[in-house]
This record gives sequence, C-alpha cells and structure tokens, in this order.
Amino acid sequence: MIKHFLNLEWKQFFRSATWQKSIALKILMGFFALYFIVMFLIIGVGIYYGIKKMYPEADPLLIVTGLLFYWILGDLMMRFFLQKLPIMTVKPLLTLPIKRSQIVHYVLRKSAVSFFNFLPLFAIIPFSIVLLKEGYETPIVLIWLLTVTVIVLINNYLNFIIEALSAKTALSFLPILAIAGSLFALNHFEIISFSSFISDGIMSITSNPILIIIPILILVGLYLYNFSILKSNLYVDSSVQTKIKEAKTTDLSWTNRFGDIAPFMQLDLKLIMRNKRSKSTLPLMAIGLLYGLFFYPQQQFLEMEFMYAFIGIFSTGFFLINFGQFIPAWDSGYYKMLMSQNFKYERYLKSKFTLMVISVIILFILGIPYVYFGWKILLAHFAAAIYNIGVNSHVIMYGGSFNRKKINLDQKAAFNYQGTGAVQWLIGFPLLLIPMAIFGLINWLVGFEVAITALMGLGLIGIVFHQKIMNFISRRYLSVKHKMIEAFDQEN
Amino acid sequence: MIQTTELTKTYAGTTVLNINNLEIPKGQSFGLVGNNGAGKTTFFNLLLDLIQPTTGTITSNNIQVDTSEDWKSFTGSFIDESFLIGYLTPEEYFYFVGELRGQNKADIDAFVSQFEEIFNDEIIGKKKYLRDLSKGNQKKAGIVAALIGNPEVIILDEPFANLDPTTQIRLKKMLRELVDNKEVTVLISSHDLGHVTEVCERIVVLDKGNVVKDLKTSEATLKELEAHFAL
Repeated sequence: MIKHFLNLEWKQFFRSATWQKSIALKILMGFFALYFIVMFLIIGVGIYYGIKKMYPEADPLLIVTGLLFYWILGDLMMRFFLQKLPIMTVKPLLTLPIKRSQIVHYVLRKSAVSFFNFLPLFAIIPFSIVLLKEGYETPIVLIWLLTVTVIVLINNYLNFIIEALSAKTALSFLPILAIAGSLFALNHFEIISFSSFISDGIMSITSNPILIIIPILILVGLYLYNFSILKSNLYVDSSVQTKIKEAKTTDLSWTNRFGDIAPFMQLDLKLIMRNKRSKSTLPLMAIGLLYGLFFYPQQQFLEMEFMYAFIGIFSTGFFLINFGQFIPAWDSGYYKMLMSQNFKYERYLKSKFTLMVISVIILFILGIPYVYFGWKILLAHFAAAIYNIGVNSHVIMYGGSFNRKKINLDQKAAFNYQGTGAVQWLIGFPLLLIPMAIFGLINWLVGFEVAITALMGLGLIGIVFHQKIMNFISRRYLSVKHKMIEAFDQEN
Repeated sequence: MIQTTELTKTYAGTTVLNINNLEIPKGQSFGLVGNNGAGKTTFFNLLLDLIQPTTGTITSNNIQVDTSEDWKSFTGSFIDESFLIGYLTPEEYFYFVGELRGQNKADIDAFVSQFEEIFNDEIIGKKKYLRDLSKGNQKKAGIVAALIGNPEVIILDEPFANLDPTTQIRLKKMLRELVDNKEVTVLISSHDLGHVTEVCERIVVLDKGNVVKDLKTSEATLKELEAHFAL
C-alpha cells in the first residue's frame, strides 16, 4: 500500500503545476530554500564560537538550550501560517478500498517529511558536531540532538492540532497569536519561566537519558490525538469539504459617480475584498506604507537623496504595483465571458486605472507623516506620486497585455507565484529603478528642485496624454485577445 | 441571421471543425449534436469570437464577428462555468451583466422574477457566492444571465447537463416560448437527443468537425438520430 502512496506522491510532485513553472521561478524558489539552509548552517556552525566569544565563561550548550523556548514559539507561529496538512489530496482515495486509518496514518506521516522539519536539522546537526569537536561527551550530545529532533516533530503535530481547533473560529489566527503572545509575556516578565523550564527539562534528559521517554510519549500522544481528530473528520462533509462563507454584500453605490466605469469598479472592489489571493495582499499594504521607516531613521540613508524617490515610488505605488501587475489576469477565470459582453475595452481598463490612481492618492496622504523626517522627503513623495499616476500606471497596464498566466483567486498570496511570469519580474525594474535613476542623476548633476520638477513633469505629461495612451493600450489588449483567452483557459 | 462560409479551425495540423456553408435563418431554433470532440463547443467559441477561425468567416446579422464587435449587443451566451464570476452573488452577477446590456436594477429585478419557478428558491437571496452554488444552480444562473437584455441570438452550450429533471422540463418550455415569437434565434448543443428534438426545429449532427446530417425536426427525427449514434 505504501508503495502506491509513494508512487502517487512522486507523480503529484513531478506533474504538479509548481514543477512545470518557468525555470526562472524554480531557480528563485531554489535560492530561497538554499538561503534558509545556508543561514541555518551558519547559525549551526557559528553559534558555539559566537557565544564563546561574547561570554567566555558560559556553556554554549546551556545558552542554546535556554533559547529553545523562543525558537519553539517562533517555529509554531511560522508553521501555523505556512504549513497545512495536505488533507484535500486524499479525497479521491476515500472511495477506494483502503482503510480510513491507513489514509490518516499516511497523511500524518507524510507531514513529518516536510521542509519545516528538515530545516532545523541544518542548524542542530552542525552544532552537535561542533560540540563533539569541542570535547563534549558523545552520549550527551547525541541525546541532546535526539531530544531537539523530537521537539521539532512535537511542534509539527502540535501545529495541526492548533489549526484543527482554531479553524472553527472566524479569525482563526487570533488564538495562536494570543497563546504565543501570553506565553512569551509570562516568560518575559518572569511570572512563569517557560524558557528555563524547557532548558532544565532538556538538560536533565541529557544527564539522565531514560527521561527522553517523556518527550517521546508527548509526541506519540499528539500523534494519536491528531489521528483521532482526522479520522473522525475524514468525511466529504467535514474536513475534506471546502468551507462556504456567507456572502456579504457591500454598498458600493458611491462608485456610481465614476459614470460608465462604475460596474467595473464595483467588480474590481468585490474582487479585491472577496478573494483570498487579493485579500491577503491588503495587509502587505501596511508594510509598503511603512517601508520608509526602514530607511529614514538612519542618518546614512537620509543623506542619500535618490532614495527618497525610490521609497516615494514604492510606498505610494505599492497597491499599483501589486494590483497592476496582474491586470488582466485577475479576471482570467471569467475572461471569456467578459469578452463576449457588449462594452468598450477601455471602460474595463479605465476602472483599473482609476482604482490605482485612488490608491496612490490615499497612500500618499497616509504617508504625509514622513514630513517628520524633512520637507524634502514629503516633496519627493509627492513628485513620486504624480509620477506613479502619470507614468507607472500606464506602464504597468501596458505590461499587463503580455500577461498569459491564469490566477486562481482562491489561493493566498504569500509565496504564491501563480500568475507570475517573466513579465512580472521584469516590469518591477522600470517602475522603480527608472524614476530613481532619473531623480538621482538630475539631483546629482543639477539639484534637488530640478530633479523634483523633472519627476513631476514626466508624471504630468502622462496625465495630459492619458486618453491617447489609453487608446493605444486598449488596442494592444484587443489585438492579443485570442491569445489571452487561450492562455487563461489553461490551468498552469 | 447566422452565416458561415468555408469555416475551418485547425490545431497543429488536425482540423477540428470544417463547415463549408451553414445558414441559420432568423428565429430558428437550431440544435447541434455530436459526440465528444465533434466540434460543437469550437463552433460556439468561433461564433463568439473567443477563438479565431483558421479560414473562412462567420457573420451574425451581416456583421463579421471577428472584425466588428457590434454583434455583442444582440448576442447572449452561456458556454460553461467560466462564464460566471465566482465571487459575486447571483443577484450581483445579474446586475453586472444587466449594466453592460443597458438594463438598470429595476429592469433586472423584474426580469429575474420571471424565473422564480426555475430558481426554486435556491439562487436569489441566499447570501451565497456563485462559486459556492451547486453545478446545477450555477448553470441556471448562467443561462438566465445569457437571456438578459432581450438578445436576438442566444447561444447555450449543453444547457440541460447538470440540471434536475424539473428544471430540464421548465427550461425546455422556456426555450420553446422564446422560439415561438420568431424574433429570437436560439442555438443549443446537447448530448441528450430527446431534449434537442423537443426544442429545436432543425438539428445538425457534427462528426469530427464535419456536418454529417442536417435535419428538419419531425416525428422520425429522434429515431433517425438514435440510429445514427447507435453505430
């Protein structure tokens, strides 16, 4: 039986959409994974010597064990948001002559070979080797390594229980935040010292190896609990079923003042608010808006005036870039229907344009407090906003006509590269770097005021010729209509 | 109303559709039958300019569909679920299509109320998004949306599939009523020979992209079709 499962797994991996993505994307994902692996390796190898250097008297093993509490909390949080039990994939198996318990065991065991469980090994194994090299006793190190590995697996199964229990609540991520937060606080204010409790526990295991039975028992207990939850839910009307949320209708009649583009604006707003993919980019807006705070408080960046343009473009254009780069792929699911309806293509594009312009204005207004770091910054942001409205909005819509990738709106955005082609990667450069280069160059050669004027001037030219540019872009979209329909028809 | 001339569609050397000369007069109810891969959906997609013909032309009301877009104002269609906007409620979807077809909310409300019987209280006012409806209810919403704005040409691909028996009967009645006023040209495809012979006055059989039969519906048609497909 396990042979069949493994065979399915193999095919799922190599025939999956992810595998067949463009080579550039694979390399990028590979780089991400490699980056984390290398970081963990560096930590694993270096932490011993780092601690020795800072606290020559201390025992690095003790200190690292003391820090494990925080790592457990962080790991749990990360797993909660990124790791999901792959339960949907077993739906086709339910009707086949396979015992339910076998399916559940398979799903649970499979979760043990996740990247989340291997990643820590890249840190703790080198660390153990360093410990051995530095003269720690082999049994102690091995027991320590084993205990931590068991803890990794405990986290793995604990996470699924937390997910299962919190899945029923509306804001499912609140319980985990509350629990992790209060544990951290209790520990931090030394009301209950979990970190010393955990490190004492691990250290007593290393000195008394028979005690390792305790974490192993916890692990087995969690596994069995997971097993019972899953087994009782493995029906098409419970966990294998996708959840249906009640539809909320919002009054969007205020968009009627935009005239004939109103129906499309309402559609776009609903699209953004009601789909996972687009909704999950909204919290990122805060990061985009606050991006400047990474730079401006530091004197060395404050002196680099060309950075003002970059941050201005980025923070006022965050929605523009994130939303704009997937025009018209947002509507890929029903593009055929739109194309058989009676309307001018320009109306469709104009709605997206209007939304982007509104977002730039709102983000600029919200970013006015940046004036705290100096008037020049506000001025640069204003120029950047005008540039975004006049130039970047048109550029990104023109770029959209090269989109050939379908988007599935029901999937969340973080680490989701669906719909991303070479275009998306390429278009980011002109949008951000060109204005920065123009601004930086003129600022360096002539002066700040002229650089601001140049940026605004380019934006104003774009606004003046808006209608002409839109006609051109609409024609471009219409000329590739059939190619788009065909591409959007295919699942990637 | 609809006229094709030397229409072919070829994918990588394989001709999937080859209709030399087909004329569908105004007010006709036209049925398309054929096994999987016969070219029914390809033909409808060509009619809606969703794909481009390899050779030849289609005109609808003397408008060549791949050069002008004017046919859109009098054509309503429902090909498959990808015509639905999943994150809208059915009402919102009807209003949206209505606005594109120059109908206001009141028009749409009045229009949709005719279909109460078909909707069977499962579509309107249920606070569900289209993506969460069952396949059959999705189909009902899609078909009704295709009828918004009094189109002169109605194109429905497999309208009876996934529908419950009651709705199939009601849909047939509705389509016959539409055809009776002789203003509306209805094009449907179906795998159910019984349904098409009941609704359509003319039935064309496609096989591997070619027209192999072109029948005026009579008492004997169903028998003839069954004999044809039994081979």
